[in-house]
Amino acid sequence: MTQTPIERAAAATPPAIVTRVKGISDRTLAWIFVAPTIFLLLAINIFPLIWTIRLSLTNYRANRTNAEVEWVGLRNYERILTDGDIWHSMQATAHFLIWTIVLQVLIGFTLAYLINKKFKGNDLWTTIIVLPMMLSPAVVGNFWTFLYQPQIGLFNYVVSFFSGVDPSSFSMIGSVNLAPWAIVIVDTWMWTPFVMLICLAGLRSIPDYIYEAAAIDRASPWRQFWTITVPMVLPFLMLAVLFRGIENFKMFDMVTLLTGGGPGSTTELTSITLKREAFEKWRTGYSSAYAIILFVTVFGLASIYVKALNKVKER
Amino acid sequence: MNTKGLLAAIGLAAGAGVMAPAAQAEDLTLCWASWDPANALVELSKDFEAESGHSMNFEFVPWPNFADRMLNELNSGGQLCDLMIGDSQWIGGSAENGHYIKLNDFFDANGIKMDDFIDATVVGYSEWPKNTPNYWALPAFGDVVGWTYRKDWFERPALMAEFKDKYGYDLAAPETFAQLKDIAEFFQKREIDGKTVYGASIYTERGSEGITMGAMDVLYSFGFKYENPEKPYDMEGFVNSPGAVAGLEYYKELYDCCTPPGASNGYMSEGIDAFKSGQVAMQMNFAFTWPGFENDASVGKGKTGYFVNPAGPDGEQFAQLGGQGISVVAYSEKQDAALEYIKWFAKPEVQAKWWEMGGFSCLKAVTLDPSFPASQPYAQTFLDSMAVVKDFWAEPSYAILLQDTQKRFHDYVVAGQGTAQEALDGLVSDWTETFEDDGKL
Repeated sequence: MTQTPIERAAAATPPAIVTRVKGISDRTLAWIFVAPTIFLLLAINIFPLIWTIRLSLTNYRANRTNAEVEWVGLRNYERILTDGDIWHSMQATAHFLIWTIVLQVLIGFTLAYLINKKFKGNDLWTTIIVLPMMLSPAVVGNFWTFLYQPQIGLFNYVVSFFSGVDPSSFSMIGSVNLAPWAIVIVDTWMWTPFVMLICLAGLRSIPDYIYEAAAIDRASPWRQFWTITVPMVLPFLMLAVLFRGIENFKMFDMVTLLTGGGPGSTTELTSITLKREAFEKWRTGYSSAYAIILFVTVFGLASIYVKALNKVKER
Repeated sequence: MNTKGLLAAIGLAAGAGVMAPAAQAEDLTLCWASWDPANALVELSKDFEAESGHSMNFEFVPWPNFADRMLNELNSGGQLCDLMIGDSQWIGGSAENGHYIKLNDFFDANGIKMDDFIDATVVGYSEWPKNTPNYWALPAFGDVVGWTYRKDWFERPALMAEFKDKYGYDLAAPETFAQLKDIAEFFQKREIDGKTVYGASIYTERGSEGITMGAMDVLYSFGFKYENPEKPYDMEGFVNSPGAVAGLEYYKELYDCCTPPGASNGYMSEGIDAFKSGQVAMQMNFAFTWPGFENDASVGKGKTGYFVNPAGPDGEQFAQLGGQGISVVAYSEKQDAALEYIKWFAKPEVQAKWWEMGGFSCLKAVTLDPSFPASQPYAQTFLDSMAVVKDFWAEPSYAILLQDTQKRFHDYVVAGQGTAQEALDGLVSDWTETFEDDGKL
């Protein structure tokens, strides 16, 4: 018997899974597929979070498992929020965060703007500029300690060449005044290319016809920059700020290798303090409370920021 | 398999079990820091492998990460290490938290006597609670903070004459901290052989324990005490005594006046580099570094001299204890073989060879041998230093006490924040809080 193409296709199509697996609804099937992911999410994210909250209300220490664990209520939170050293590390983090973001946005956007202009060797320059972000933070931290070395460091000699100051008369990572800037300089050197790439993507997403229309309307390049370029790149820029903000809030490796938090506690960022409390002093309950405070801070700030970002996008 | 076959198999297996040697060859893992003495121990342990049939593996971690890595291993009940050469400060926590097995019965059964070892090392590396006969480790590597100096520079007639003119006494290894500072100032930024050199390299490291080891090495001789000898954990007036304050001020002055530029975060390896490269006239460092200088092309062959930590203003003289004991990890499944290693390591002939290979033996039979002082250029300094040692807290909460000290000392000495009195008052407050948390106050 001759079959029509539709009948042949229907015969070749396997029966629906639902009809083969009797008694299982589409909704149940969907849950079966989603369940492993939900289980992993609960096991890896939610359970540790709840467990950390629980630990933060105790005096538990991971290196003294034999000791009795006492329920201390909110005492850990109270101690943290009234501890001057913790606030100092918050200030150090804020200094690092604000200046790295300001510098990376300014320099990154400028570089992207220049790279976006068509010129000979454009690709080569782009590759050279993005090289620092391809390096490991551990490597960067280590070799910048040599660059900052007062007696043999290239950085001190460059400063000396331009300013006439004796290179061995100042220590970027040994001075209380210079060390906070030393870590800002290294992070800016390393991560400005990242901001540049995001800005470049934003700049290249602006259609040429908008500029052509503006030119026909006799808008000056200055006006075109402020009314076309900046508003259209702004969502990208804000995204870059979000990424860098989150990354630098939890900055640990590069700064640890560069200064170890010193001199004194000048460059001791929150993540370094947290690591010291959790894995050097082994005050697990106390450090859990600290981690929760940091989590709430980052989560709160990031949520507000994402709302602002969405509003900018909607414009 | 039928019943007969099964019985035959069981019989064969049982027979094999009976015939098997009593002591099974094991793969033992010994954990320690990654440094020169560890390499010597690898060589030394080949004799143990040949004698016992056990094979030795080694897990060495660089000093800055040693405590983090190994305490993590112990706290998690890990079975990586069968034998641990752990730092002296770990002994309290490792004993109380059950990380190490107690060795008293083993020592008694095998005729190992703690009286045979240098007294300070037994207290420092083996006992918990301190000054009680409860042993958790065998003293394995004696170490102490001492000083090296450029003997060849000190013996230059022109420098000797200039120094005598300026200070009124001979340029030689300093006997007091006041002299040490004079000498450091004398060499600071001096041109020697066309190169600018500096006074001294001292410990300033922030991350692990560096500045605490260095500053305490000075503070002890200025009158610092951890607690009231009559009342444990009573620290007010002892930790922050006028002498202790003067000691910390001295350490900062030495850092400000006489160290090389950029020496704001240096510990053992930075000190070695500064000395070997001819950057400094004197260097504070643990004794374990000394054999390396003797063999060095730049500073070896008589160019380096050694001296005990100088005396303080009142003539008191102490030095910071380093070194470690060897323990059997309680989580190891090869404890018998690990104990065999300790029994072998305690033998006088093994200890003598250990010293010859660069390991600092703690056995009196080795160190009190008449030939010992002349056996190495630094041997007498090592002996004299070991006679005046003091050690940091070895409490289970030592890590908190240490990190608080690191912060207080680095804030004052390197960052120049506050005064020495404020730093030590703050330290009393920090330590009091920790002992209160521990229920000891």
